[in-house]
Amino acid sequence: MYAYDEIDRTLVNERVSEFRDQVKRRLSGELTEDEFKILRLQNGVYLQLHAYMFRVAIPYGTLSSEQLRRLAHIARRYDRGYGHFTTRQNIQFNWIKLAELPDALADLAEVGIHAMQTSGNNMRNVTSDQWAGVAPGEIEDPRIWSELLRQHTTLHPEFSFLPRKFKIAITASDHDRAAIKIHDIGLRLVKNEKGETGFEVLVGGGLGRTPFIAKTIKHFVHGRDILSYVEAILRVYNQYGRRDNIYKARIKILVHELGIEKFSREVEEEWQHIRNSSLQIDDGVIEDIRSRFSYPAYEKLPHMPDELRQAAADSDFEAWRKNSVFPHKVQGYSIVTISLKPTGGPPGDATAEQMDALADLAEKYSFGEIRVGHEQNLALPHVAKRDLPALWKALDKLGLATPNVNLITDIIACPGLDYCSLANARSIPIAQELTRRFANHELANLIGRLHINISGCINACGHHHVGHIGILGVEKNGEEVYQITIGGRADENAALGSLIGPGVKFDEVADVIEDVVEAYLALRERPEELFIDTVKRLGVEPFKERVYATR
Amino acid sequence: MPLVKGGKIVEDSFVKLDVDAPLPAAGDILVPGDRFLKDADALLARPGKVGVIWPNNRDIDALVPYLGKLAAVALVFPTFRDGRAYSQSRLLRERHDYRGELRATGQVLRDQFVFMLRAGFDSFEVKKQADAEAFTQTVKRYSVFYQPTGDGRITALHRRMQLRHSEGVGT
Amino acid sequence: MTSPLEQKKIKIAGPSIVTANRTWDGIVVYRTAAKGWSADLSEAAIVRNSDEAKALLAESTADDVGAVGAYIAPVQVGEDGKILPGNLREQIRRTGVTIGSQAQV
Repeated sequence: MYAYDEIDRTLVNERVSEFRDQVKRRLSGELTEDEFKILRLQNGVYLQLHAYMFRVAIPYGTLSSEQLRRLAHIARRYDRGYGHFTTRQNIQFNWIKLAELPDALADLAEVGIHAMQTSGNNMRNVTSDQWAGVAPGEIEDPRIWSELLRQHTTLHPEFSFLPRKFKIAITASDHDRAAIKIHDIGLRLVKNEKGETGFEVLVGGGLGRTPFIAKTIKHFVHGRDILSYVEAILRVYNQYGRRDNIYKARIKILVHELGIEKFSREVEEEWQHIRNSSLQIDDGVIEDIRSRFSYPAYEKLPHMPDELRQAAADSDFEAWRKNSVFPHKVQGYSIVTISLKPTGGPPGDATAEQMDALADLAEKYSFGEIRVGHEQNLALPHVAKRDLPALWKALDKLGLATPNVNLITDIIACPGLDYCSLANARSIPIAQELTRRFANHELANLIGRLHINISGCINACGHHHVGHIGILGVEKNGEEVYQITIGGRADENAALGSLIGPGVKFDEVADVIEDVVEAYLALRERPEELFIDTVKRLGVEPFKERVYATR
Repeated sequence: MPLVKGGKIVEDSFVKLDVDAPLPAAGDILVPGDRFLKDADALLARPGKVGVIWPNNRDIDALVPYLGKLAAVALVFPTFRDGRAYSQSRLLRERHDYRGELRATGQVLRDQFVFMLRAGFDSFEVKKQADAEAFTQTVKRYSVFYQPTGDGRITALHRRMQLRHSEGVGT
Repeated sequence: MTSPLEQKKIKIAGPSIVTANRTWDGIVVYRTAAKGWSADLSEAAIVRNSDEAKALLAESTADDVGAVGAYIAPVQVGEDGKILPGNLREQIRRTGVTIGSQAQV
């Protein structure tokens, strides 16, 4: 956990009072909506179909129990008793009143949470691996650097009015859980031959109307230079990124139009001017940030405690353990993923009661720490293995032990036309129907790892391009129509999916997905061959033939 | 449109000239970048100060040779959503060491004052009278800054290091 | 549903209304003939040609302290004069999300 000091708290409070003044000026008419819109977006406030929507940042996906309880309080006091975890380590509240927002922000500020730059054309919440600091084999905890970047990007005087939004993600593991290749800047923490920490820097990834996988711009940027290098990229983008067309304004288009070689030359030239400036970070600064992250005092525990051995007789427990419990870097501990994808539920939603209860469980079993992942699930990062049976029982009571992590019902979905003013079609009801169709966990396990991602419009908040199966809702003659792609992935081998055929109607989507899955089960070489690998081996055609033969 | 300079609303001594407006015999003038470059020597030779209005979509490199002779550079925010001039102003101040007046023009609203000050602006053509009057209050809103810029304000990172150091000395 | 945020030219194909969200709390409201806003669709002013629509939208947009994001939306008017939303998006705005109980507390 990173603990805010007086300096961080002061800044958050200053931002709250500024926003209070901005809301006041808006409600009095002193600010027009046109002027206010950008100001509210810079603080995470959207206007959606039914109401304002409020997006709160969970930097690098780390929350304390106290903070999670406060989010529950916001849901209860200012909203309708639930919140929605997004694909970028944020939580959204869907029914908030503008006039009450300053109070909600003040409540959050008390526990070191804010909504700064969770929307708008600025640098968004810096995201990271939800297993940061606990994943086996990790090079080092990427959150130290995420926090450094969080601070540097907060209220930046030069880059708060960029051509378009700007997202940074950091990973420090071989397996990329932070989807860095679909970010404007992706940072992969690496060590050089001298053992010094630095980053492989990727640039220009992003989904939306024109999806691109990020390209490596520099193989190694030393840790001490990371702020100046990121600043150089941003300065080039701020000056030369397109502002004439909102769909061409992301950095991915600039990188594409200039070409990565020319773009990197521009960045390099700018960087040489500023790398030896006050942006250079000395070790003391890094140590200071590191010192404010607290790490649990792990006990020396056996690899296989008796409690776990005894519980293995319970097949429900075993099904959950095999699915949702992952190796921890410390012997005797596990990382537990909490599925927010119950059968028939909206993906990523949690009620205030669930959040409160989870905060308690985290205190009891996970050193008071909770993580939020881009797959819209939560995690308890430090659970002693001996506590797993008791934790499972408690989670099950809360409806938080669905053993479907990474399976076909672990669906990523944007809010879609049920909430979002940009959407063309609904996403959540499609996800709900799919979770019902594949509610049988044995069937889901038979299918194996399979990620379905659903977006309700081309802006791709549901990351449909990089779903193993991607579903994109569009509108055609006043009706919802869904385009289906296969073969996408968001990890270190990130790829964009390919369309398998003409769009289908709302009522037919689940049938088509069932057919795709059936085709896979028939086509796979052996049970261990994952869906994504079968698609890679065979291409789209055999799937297309089987799915569309009778349509 | 009120001009704020040195924290106060002041009279603007500069007259803005269009591309083809006749040149007054004396007095301070602000001229568009193109016109200035075409006729720089003559403009600088006449009595009165010269400032340049520089568009936000043109590299400032062409202006650099003249910086020492310019009394003012006015950068442009066509809308407050367009932030290119923040980069231009930091480059002028921090890379090219420009010390004359650096003026923010266009859609300048109170909610940008702190950003603009930090980026090096020291004068502001403010869109609304009420915003201009609120200048002093507004710029006091923040006391914590995370990024180092040419304005010399101490950053949070360095303040922490100082605190840590002084604690260390005390014990 | 084409997002009304992309609404550029004003051309209506049938009876329409102007809708927006109330500024202070964000709830869905409809422009009334009395130049106010109502949360009740049955009180919405109906326009039937592009000029009327343009005028109603202009008047609504001008009142941006009252409500924000005003746009024209189609409706169906029954024989009994009952006004119903003209597309799925407006249906959802009127009756709420279609995803079951949790969100309808």
